[in-house]
Amino acid sequence: MISQVFILSSKGDHLIYKDFRGQAGNDIVSIFYEKVTALTEDQPPVVMNHKDLYFLHIRQGGLYWVATTTVGSSPFAIIEFLNRLAALVKDYCGSLSEKSVQMNFALIYELLDEIVDYGYIQTMSSDVLKNFIQTEAVTSRPFSLFDLSNVGLFGAETQQSKVAPSSAATRPIQSSREQGGKSEIFVDVIERMTVVIGSNGVLMKADVEGEIRVKCYMPSCSEMRIGLNEEFSIGKSQLRGYGAAVRVDECSFHQAVRLDEFDSHRILRLCPSQGEQTVMQYQLSDDLPSALPFRLFPTIERDNGGRLLMYMKLRCDLPPKSAAINVCATIPVPKGSVSLSQELSSPDQSAELKPQSRAVVWQIARFAGGTQLSALFKLEVPSLSSASMLEVGPVGLSFELPKITATGLQIRFLRLSPVQPGPSQRWVRYVTHSDSYTIRI
Amino acid sequence: MLLKLASSCVAGLLCHIKATMPYLGGEETVRELRRALSNPNVQSDPLRYRNTILKVIRTMSQGVDVSGLFSEMVKACATVDVVQKKLVYVFLCSYATLNPELSLLVINSLRKDCQDPNPMVRSLALRNMTNLRLPSLVEYVEQPLTAGLRDRAACVRRVAVLGWAKLHNLQPSSEIDAAVVNELYSLLRDPDPVVMVNCLRALEEILKEEGGVAINKPITHHLLNRLKECDIWGQCEVLRVLQRYRPQSEDELFDILSLLDSFLVSPHPPVMAATLSLFLSVSSSLPAVSLAALERVSGPLLAACGSGSREMRFAAVCHIQLLLRSVPGLLGVHYKRFFCGYAEPAYIKERKMQVLVELVNDENVAMILDELKGYCTDVNTDTAQAAISAIGRIGRSYSDRCLQILTGLLGLKQDHITSAVVQTMRDLVWVCPQCSDTVCLALEGCEETLQDIQGRQALLWLLGVYGERISSAPYTLEVLIDGVRSEASLGIKMELLTATMRLFLCRPAETQDMLGRLLHYCIEETTDMCMRDQALLYYRLLHCGIEETRKVLQGRRSDPSLGVLIGRPAKPVSQWARCFNTLEPLSQGAVEAESASRGSPEHMTYNPKPNADLSDTLSCSHIQEIHSGSDNAMRCSDSSTDGLASSITAPLSLSLSPAVSPEDFEHLWLQRQALHTERGAEKIEVVDCAWIEECVRCPAVLHCSPQSLQAAMQLVNIQTLAFTPQHTLPWRVYLYTHTQRSHSTDAPNTTLILGELLCTGEANQKAGVKKGTADSEAGAEGKEDQLVRKEMVATADRLNEDGQEEEEGIKVTLNQQPRDDDALRQFLTVLTTVLNTLSSEKD
Repeated sequence: MISQVFILSSKGDHLIYKDFRGQAGNDIVSIFYEKVTALTEDQPPVVMNHKDLYFLHIRQGGLYWVATTTVGSSPFAIIEFLNRLAALVKDYCGSLSEKSVQMNFALIYELLDEIVDYGYIQTMSSDVLKNFIQTEAVTSRPFSLFDLSNVGLFGAETQQSKVAPSSAATRPIQSSREQGGKSEIFVDVIERMTVVIGSNGVLMKADVEGEIRVKCYMPSCSEMRIGLNEEFSIGKSQLRGYGAAVRVDECSFHQAVRLDEFDSHRILRLCPSQGEQTVMQYQLSDDLPSALPFRLFPTIERDNGGRLLMYMKLRCDLPPKSAAINVCATIPVPKGSVSLSQELSSPDQSAELKPQSRAVVWQIARFAGGTQLSALFKLEVPSLSSASMLEVGPVGLSFELPKITATGLQIRFLRLSPVQPGPSQRWVRYVTHSDSYTIRI
Repeated sequence: MLLKLASSCVAGLLCHIKATMPYLGGEETVRELRRALSNPNVQSDPLRYRNTILKVIRTMSQGVDVSGLFSEMVKACATVDVVQKKLVYVFLCSYATLNPELSLLVINSLRKDCQDPNPMVRSLALRNMTNLRLPSLVEYVEQPLTAGLRDRAACVRRVAVLGWAKLHNLQPSSEIDAAVVNELYSLLRDPDPVVMVNCLRALEEILKEEGGVAINKPITHHLLNRLKECDIWGQCEVLRVLQRYRPQSEDELFDILSLLDSFLVSPHPPVMAATLSLFLSVSSSLPAVSLAALERVSGPLLAACGSGSREMRFAAVCHIQLLLRSVPGLLGVHYKRFFCGYAEPAYIKERKMQVLVELVNDENVAMILDELKGYCTDVNTDTAQAAISAIGRIGRSYSDRCLQILTGLLGLKQDHITSAVVQTMRDLVWVCPQCSDTVCLALEGCEETLQDIQGRQALLWLLGVYGERISSAPYTLEVLIDGVRSEASLGIKMELLTATMRLFLCRPAETQDMLGRLLHYCIEETTDMCMRDQALLYYRLLHCGIEETRKVLQGRRSDPSLGVLIGRPAKPVSQWARCFNTLEPLSQGAVEAESASRGSPEHMTYNPKPNADLSDTLSCSHIQEIHSGSDNAMRCSDSSTDGLASSITAPLSLSLSPAVSPEDFEHLWLQRQALHTERGAEKIEVVDCAWIEECVRCPAVLHCSPQSLQAAMQLVNIQTLAFTPQHTLPWRVYLYTHTQRSHSTDAPNTTLILGELLCTGEANQKAGVKKGTADSEAGAEGKEDQLVRKEMVATADRLNEDGQEEEEGIKVTLNQQPRDDDALRQFLTVLTTVLNTLSSEKD
């Protein structure tokens, strides 16, 4: 049972406040914010309480999404509710930010009114909600040169038009009705990697959590068939086909997915509802089919002048045609490091010393597969001792691998039946993110 | 009314000040909005009208009080534009309680809307009518609500059902209309699953006094059969309500469980958790079923630990901690799933480390320690300290590896790390005295880096207790004593005093001078009474002679009962099943952190926690009941705490050799029992052996596993020979030991004690006994102590209220040969302590 729901900006501005049960005053919002700001850390605990009232909150899009409740409530249900609420708001408003919430507050009030009655969750399915929600989303789309480049010379189809613009999936689902938006469907395969590499270069842990997400802008879509790799197998024993096996340890499906063709042909059948939903979730531990995307070869020593020298060689082991983007290595350095001088192997990298987080942050915008970059960092550490070498590392790497899945999962085909009249576009996108990619030194 | 308005204005103003509006003041905004709302030009243009109303709502949600616009907004309610209607309703529901008279005007248009052909409009009107929260409007609302229950459209019925719950809570004292309750019960069969679930929710609220909706067999089976139709929220609700159901037969139970099996492994964590809760409550009498369910659920829970939402991860990790209490080895192979991601927030990291400590075994200890070592230098000091204390916990079983890491960390010479390491070492030494050599070596020179109070206190304690092995100890203390006038922390000064006293006992030549100076300062200069008293006490004690002082001050260096408790014995599921899937496990973190901030391990008596998680703390506190004399020597003259007193007069030691075989035991026992019954209850003087029967109150000891009991007894050199399994009644344990008394010349040197512990399960005279001892103890001690003692009694009482068969006692029958009353009495004290330790650990 939920007493109140409110959304706060990171600065504590009240964006949305809805009281379902009338049991507590709205000064609760300020109490919550005081509690959050009173903590020294930037990450307040998920559950906090004020007398008998418990606050549960999540952070998404830089906002606090807070529900108040009593101690006996299920944390799983309320956290799931807040996550789902954030997802719905994202579906309806296009994107999730302070600005979009502020502009669409009427829509969000309407949503909350339909979702929760008297603190009880009624429905969160976008299929049901679309009948009730009347307010239209307000969006502000920044002008983008990319939109122009989509139009080729003399209207010819350019290479770019075959690639969905990155902003395509961040529009409100409902605008398709009146604004004549394209009826599109996006199928995203998103994987998150958790890797620990020991100081001797041995892989200690490798986990992949993946999901197939469908984002549907079609007002009515009867059935969709998603074909996965034929070799796809679940569990350790099962092996299929002759090609390179695509294997996951565990796999679960959305309840709307029908699996009658899954065993024989690896086909998922479903009738997607408008908005975003996770169709399939899977995970794989310890046994990755492909090489790890990154290897680091560090050398760390002290020079005569009492400076700390860190020579880092980072190798990207992706296939040569693909590349990683937004690569960022965070290298913890000894306490009291004063300044950094650096030699980087190419101009498109940058590095900087962040004293408050005690780390050198090395950023590489684009890192092509099969190449190697190196950097030499010289750190001025006044009180450098041999023990402070222990403080260097472990290196955390964050990156994005577009068009790549770590498990090798691919979507063979995507069929809509019956065939949609008019122009409909189907997009399949793959991306692998780093959840936590740690390399010990 | 006026007063109310005025106060709300003030509140609004305050809110406004907090909400920092960038452009206009609150009052000005309201005036502006009112002008716009009553402007006929605006009213005639639907789009402008709607936008003005939007502005009102926006201002409202920013925290500005716009209740003054109520009458204008009531007018705006009469419109065909649904979006505008919804917006106005948001406003009206927020401010209706401030304007009950004006709200009456809204009711008419709402009632008209309830007749609208569009079901959406009907449900909207009905919902907002009940959301106005005005008791004065109840009479107008009842009729549309009754009609709503029979509406064609499911969405109207959903609203109407919950509407009755809202109505009831508006007037909780009013009579419940039986017809409505019956109608709600019949609507449990509604074809729409949400209506069904809402009925459950409404009945739960309306019938709260009667214990909620009646859950009988037909209703249960109906709900179970329709569970698949509900969405996950409905499923959670139904599963929660069904927790109250008690199946009538085992067959029915298993039918239900197999029906619910697919929900147990649901990919939706809320459903999985609700199902497990239900499993645990219906199968509470079948521990094997509960354990099987836990095993089955570990997969989905682990998956939730890797969820994309970190809040969900946190909830899952916290609940895994609960599971581990009962099935410690459950996730041993999956330990890598609990390695921390470098971008994870500190609160998750801390919990994950706690889980890692639980999962340590011979195979993975190297990997886990390697991983934890990496966290020790984390930028976040809390994470670093949590990692260090986690290593310390593992050190209780794998001391060499852990000490190596901890010693290495001291080399970093960073204050927060050194402080955490010293505190961890202190705690480790208290539990594993065999580590003391390494610790003493490591401590040299680390006083320079220590800054914070806890760390320095820990160092002082170690210097005092192990001073003879740390060569630089006197110099360290001297520096502190020289600076004692500028020392702000009382805790440090007290610890310094005790440490100097202790060091004086083992290294008098080096310490005498500084001790004199410190005592002089404390007695003559300081204004703090506590400190002065303590110093005076030590001063007088020194007058009594060095031997006396030694007896008082050189107490325990370690806690003997803890060694065996590391591998925490599995606790019954019922202990935590109640709080599974509630917020409790998520908000318990604070307790754990608190334990790190105490002074010396001995002081744990002063903050006893009734928390089951901290078994070690609790067991220490019981040991301290006997040994804390080392810190407040007032006790030593008091014979009611016989443990210390008699150990001063004649230290007793127990030994296991020569061993007694079970056959011998049986033979001796029966022989003496026969003798005893022959002679009646008198003690047998002739054959020079003693037979006594005592009652010991130790609540939960019979829930201890035989292994932990045996191990605990062996630590104090008592051998247990035979047991009944735990939880059976009557519960019996047979044990023996040899006593040896070195200092007494008149008494025989060794005696053999045979003993039987018996619990028949009948609550007997124990309550009186317990109160009696508690009172006598309280009376005998100093003032501060008395307070503490009371707290402990209170804690014990609280435990009793929670617990079940706490009032039971254990009947101890002891047989000693040759007779030595003193030794027997001391032995009984030792035995009682062990039993209390064990039982408090079980609480």
